[in-house]
Amino acid sequence: MSLQPFQVIPRLGSEGEPLDGEQLEISMGPQHPSTHGVFRMDLVLDGERVIRLKPVFGYLHRNHEKIGENMTYLGSMPYTDRLDYFCSLTNNWAYALAVEKLAGIQVPERAEYLRVITAELTRLQNHLSLAGFLLQDMGASGTPLMYAFRQREKILDLFESLTGARMMCNYMRFGGCRCDVPDGWLDQARLVVEEFPRFLDEFQALLDENEILMSRTQGVGVLSSALAVNAGVTGPMLRASGVNYDLRKVDHYGIYDRFSFQVPLGDHGDVYDRYMVRVLEMRESLKILESALRTLPPGPVLDPKTKLRGFRPKPGEAYGRIEAPKGELGFYLISDGSPNPYRYRVRPPSFINLTILEDLCLGHQVADVVVILGSVDIVLGEVDR
Amino acid sequence: MESLEQIKLWIEGAVPDARIEIVANPGPAAQHSLLVGLDQAVPVARFLLEDSRLRLDYASNVTGVDWPETMLKEKRKVKQTIDGVEREIEETSEHVRPGYLEVVYHLYSMALKQGPVILRLRTRDRTASARVPSLTPVWRGAEFQEREVFDLFGVLFDGHPDLRRILMWDGFRDFPMRKDYTPTPEVEPVPAPIP
Repeated sequence: MSLQPFQVIPRLGSEGEPLDGEQLEISMGPQHPSTHGVFRMDLVLDGERVIRLKPVFGYLHRNHEKIGENMTYLGSMPYTDRLDYFCSLTNNWAYALAVEKLAGIQVPERAEYLRVITAELTRLQNHLSLAGFLLQDMGASGTPLMYAFRQREKILDLFESLTGARMMCNYMRFGGCRCDVPDGWLDQARLVVEEFPRFLDEFQALLDENEILMSRTQGVGVLSSALAVNAGVTGPMLRASGVNYDLRKVDHYGIYDRFSFQVPLGDHGDVYDRYMVRVLEMRESLKILESALRTLPPGPVLDPKTKLRGFRPKPGEAYGRIEAPKGELGFYLISDGSPNPYRYRVRPPSFINLTILEDLCLGHQVADVVVILGSVDIVLGEVDR
Repeated sequence: MESLEQIKLWIEGAVPDARIEIVANPGPAAQHSLLVGLDQAVPVARFLLEDSRLRLDYASNVTGVDWPETMLKEKRKVKQTIDGVEREIEETSEHVRPGYLEVVYHLYSMALKQGPVILRLRTRDRTASARVPSLTPVWRGAEFQEREVFDLFGVLFDGHPDLRRILMWDGFRDFPMRKDYTPTPEVEPVPAPIP
């Protein structure tokens, strides 16, 4: 394990002189189907090999943090949906957790269960979409993505009947959740969770041993565990490199210590491991969901003592973080006693996971860059903020 | 996790001329932080990374905070003798706290699963040449985040490998996250008045 970046070995001619042949600079993106949004990469190619790569982003920048500083604490909650628009519920949770730490708010038990249920459903649908898009990037046009989206739609239906929106859920509040589940929702959720493993079996049978998937992903974009830790990579990308660090196990935020689940780890750190870790994480999420839906206690969903409107926490600061589907999502808040935060900071996981994109891609071909970027799992709403 | 006082003692033992101060956090979160002098920031960071009791190998969150120049009011009770009678009088003294920019690092240990230790670096002033040493050579995870702090707050990081704007475009001149930032009409056009 070394932190040395990939060395480009200059090709030498018969006399030992460097052959500085065809080097091509290309700008890939920002409007490109494989860049998952408006994302650009400045590539320098030697033939087909990548010898330099600089990610360029900021096309969606709207200074989310400045908006947050000019908003009341409650007013920022719907804006957090727009960070990682695939996983609005985990964004809500991370923000609510930071505010709860800042003001010392307790959360009722039923709300904690509802948070776990919605967060794990979010994880399921995020990993599903990722697997579908990854295959789409490899040229498996349509089938895996549509299979994944068919199943994701059932989860989004659950979100819609619970929160009123499929993607911009705006569901959590400091001290609990906005509303209780509607009648019949739990049965519907149980049905989705029960039939999910059968879908996952089918999905894995289609893909896991697929020759094209294996040859395009195994040994591609290898990330060493030492570099992953030093570069602050988190989430499934870190665990695919064999580092056992899952905030649900480390921080035990919420009530995650009550559920038994395992943390899947990869041992090569390549794109295939990142795909496989996410598939296995879905199986573990199903275990948590099954147990949480079975043991959901009755009670209030919002701490009655919390004042949502006119909310003024005491001066101080807090950093709250959760294990979002893409990695560690943190919120850092400084309060000066006024109704809006003095400093509002989002620690976006996919922004920081992009740090090592160049290290992963050097020496590979352009077609592999597309696959490697797909396996990093970025959402530009969160990267650019 | 050891207490911050203990960590401060360890740092002072390993890096003799380090200037460390504990900044208290009055809120319920009670996440206190260490204010590190700029001259010894890199050796202190390297010690935190390499010390076997701490092993803070993961720089989770790096961010800036802008503290403009403010007038601080302080109330004191003073005993004065007026007309031969001793009385207690409340006196208000005002003094100006000079403005500075702050860079905050939240450090965790993935190896020992502990944390956070919060480091703060303060620039000397809020001018365009406000600078702190970069900790990217110690934690690569700070690379993009320090670029973001440079881009939005205007803190120059000495020793950063690739200090460029990251979210705003290259020709942009201002620092939007500073508290006194007002957008120029080119950036945010003023709407024409409705006749």
